[in-house]
Amino acid sequence: MSYRITGSTGEWEIVVGLEVHAQVVSEAKLFSGASAEYGGEPNTHVSLVDAGFPGMLPVLNRECVAQAVRTGLGLEAEINLFSRFDRKNYFYADLPTGYQISQFAHPIIGKGKVLVDLADGSTREIGVTRLHLEQDAGKSIHDQDPTRSFIDLNRAGVALMEIVSEPDIRSPEEAGAYLRKLRQILRYIGTCDGNMEEGSMRADVNVSVRKPGETEYRTRCEIKNVNSIRFVMMAIEVEAQRQIEVWEAGGTVDQETRLFDHVRGETRSLRSKEDAHDYRYFPDPDLLPLVIEQAWVDELKAALPELPEAKRARLEQEYGVSRYESSVLCVEQAIADFYETVARGADARLAANWMLGDFFAALNRTGRSIENSPVSAEGLRELLGLISNSTINGKIAKEVLEDMVETGDSASAIVERKGLRQVTDTGAIESAIREILTANSDKVEEYKGGKDKLFGFFVGQTMKAMKGKGNPALVNETLKKLLSE
Amino acid sequence: MSLDAKTVTRIARLARIGLQPEEVETLGKDMGSIIDWVEQLKEVDVTGVDPMIGTGLAKPRLREDRVTDGNCRDKVLSNAPEREGPFYTVPKVVE
Repeated sequence: MSYRITGSTGEWEIVVGLEVHAQVVSEAKLFSGASAEYGGEPNTHVSLVDAGFPGMLPVLNRECVAQAVRTGLGLEAEINLFSRFDRKNYFYADLPTGYQISQFAHPIIGKGKVLVDLADGSTREIGVTRLHLEQDAGKSIHDQDPTRSFIDLNRAGVALMEIVSEPDIRSPEEAGAYLRKLRQILRYIGTCDGNMEEGSMRADVNVSVRKPGETEYRTRCEIKNVNSIRFVMMAIEVEAQRQIEVWEAGGTVDQETRLFDHVRGETRSLRSKEDAHDYRYFPDPDLLPLVIEQAWVDELKAALPELPEAKRARLEQEYGVSRYESSVLCVEQAIADFYETVARGADARLAANWMLGDFFAALNRTGRSIENSPVSAEGLRELLGLISNSTINGKIAKEVLEDMVETGDSASAIVERKGLRQVTDTGAIESAIREILTANSDKVEEYKGGKDKLFGFFVGQTMKAMKGKGNPALVNETLKKLLSE
Repeated sequence: MSLDAKTVTRIARLARIGLQPEEVETLGKDMGSIIDWVEQLKEVDVTGVDPMIGTGLAKPRLREDRVTDGNCRDKVLSNAPEREGPFYTVPKVVE
C-alpha cells in the first residue's frame, strides 16, 4: 500500500531523503583535546584549536574514526580505507575558523543500508549513500540581549557523523521508521546516544513530490535541523502539501533551504537565494589524508555487539517468540538483556507476554526505565515460575506484580504474606461451588433451561468467593460437573 | 582575461570583503591575470593522474581519545572584541 497525497489534479507520491547528524560518543573533540561532554560552563570545553587561534593545528581523534567505522559496519556499508578532510567555507559567528572541517569528496564510509519495519508488518530497505565525519559548530544565544548574540563554543569541534540516505523514503511513516532504526543501531553499537532533545541526533529532510509513475525527481527542498522524529514526519507532510499546491497552481518549486515551524505547522524559506550556498570546498592542507588498515577494521568488526536485526532473529528462534514480540524486546539492548535473564529458566513465551503486558505497564506507571526497573529480572522470573508450577494463577500474579512494584518484596514472600496460594484442593473448590449454586438456584434453572452464558457468571462468583485463588482449570471442570448433575 | 564585475563582487561577498566600486574593475583585471598564469598548467596532459594533494609519504598522527585541553576560558576570550560574562558577543545574528 503506497502512501499518496491527493491534490486537485490527482494523486502525488513523495520522495524523501534524510541527512542525519549524529554526535559521536567520545571523550574529546574530533581535532582537539577539549572535552566533548554535553553542557559545562560556557566556553570551558574549548581549546585554542576550537577557538580558531592562529597557528593552532588539528590532530585527528583515533576513537572518533573508530566510531565512524563501527557505525559503517553496523550499516553494512563500504569502509573506505582512504578518506580525506576538506574545508567547507562559510562565515557564521559560532564558527571561529570560518570553515568547518568535513569530508566532501572522500568520505570514510560509502554505500550501506538500513532495514525498516513498517506497521503493516512489511520490511523495506532504505539505502545509505554515505557517512562522513565533521565538526559541530558552537552555539549562538540570541535571547540574552537586544542587540547582541552571545557565543558559547563548547560544542565547536565536537565530532559528528553525517549519515546521508538515498531518496528511497516514500512516506512520513517510513521516515520515522528509518530514524528509529538508525537510532537503534547507533545505540546498540554505542557510537551515538541518539538523544534528540539534547540535539545529539538531528535531521535535515529533503522533500520533493511527483506523480506516480514519473521516473525523474522533481526539485527538492531541504528542511534544516528538525530535532524530533515526530516533527520530521509532520514536516514531510506539510512540505509535500505545499509543493503540490505550488505545482498544481502552475508554478515551480524552487530549490531552497526551509525551516519547519511546528507551532504553526508550516515550513518557510530560511535564506534568501542571493546567499545561495557556495562552500568552496578544498582539501584541508592542515590534515594528511586518513589511511586506515583493513586489519584494524576487521578488529573493530570482531568486537561489535550483536546488532538489532541479528538479535531479533535469534530471540525468535531461541525463545519461540513472535516477530512482533522480538522486535519490541529488541528496541533497546537493556530490554533484550532483561528479557533473556527472565526467559532463561522460565517459560520464555510467558515471559515475553508478561514483559510486553503487565511489566511494561508497570514501568510506564512508575515512570521508570528498564535500567532502574522496580522489579528485577530475577524477581520477574520467580513470579513467572509461580504461575508455571501452579502456585498462583495468572490473575493473582498481576496482583502480586503490583505488590512487588510497590514494596520491592519477592513474589513468593508476597504470596505467603497475603495467603495467595492457589487452591487446588478439589474438595474446597467443590464446596465453594455448591454454596454459589445453592444461593443462585434461580440462575441454575435458567442455565439448565439453555442460558449457557450464565456459566461465566458462576465462574466469576466462585472465584470471588475464593478471593481469586481458585485454580481456573479446576473451577471450570468442577462447575461443569456439578451443573450437569 | 578579466573577471567580470558580477563575479568579482560575488567572490568579495563570499569572503566578506567590502569593495569600493572603483576597485572592482582593477581587481577583475588582477585576478584574471593570476588565473591566466595558473592556467598554464592546463598545457600538461594529466589524463588518468589522481590530483596530488600532498606528498603521500607521511601518515597522519592520530590523537588518543583523552581530555587534555580546554578549561582556559580567559585565553579563549582574550581576542574577543567584546564579551559578556563567560561569552563573547557579536552583533545580533537573526535568521
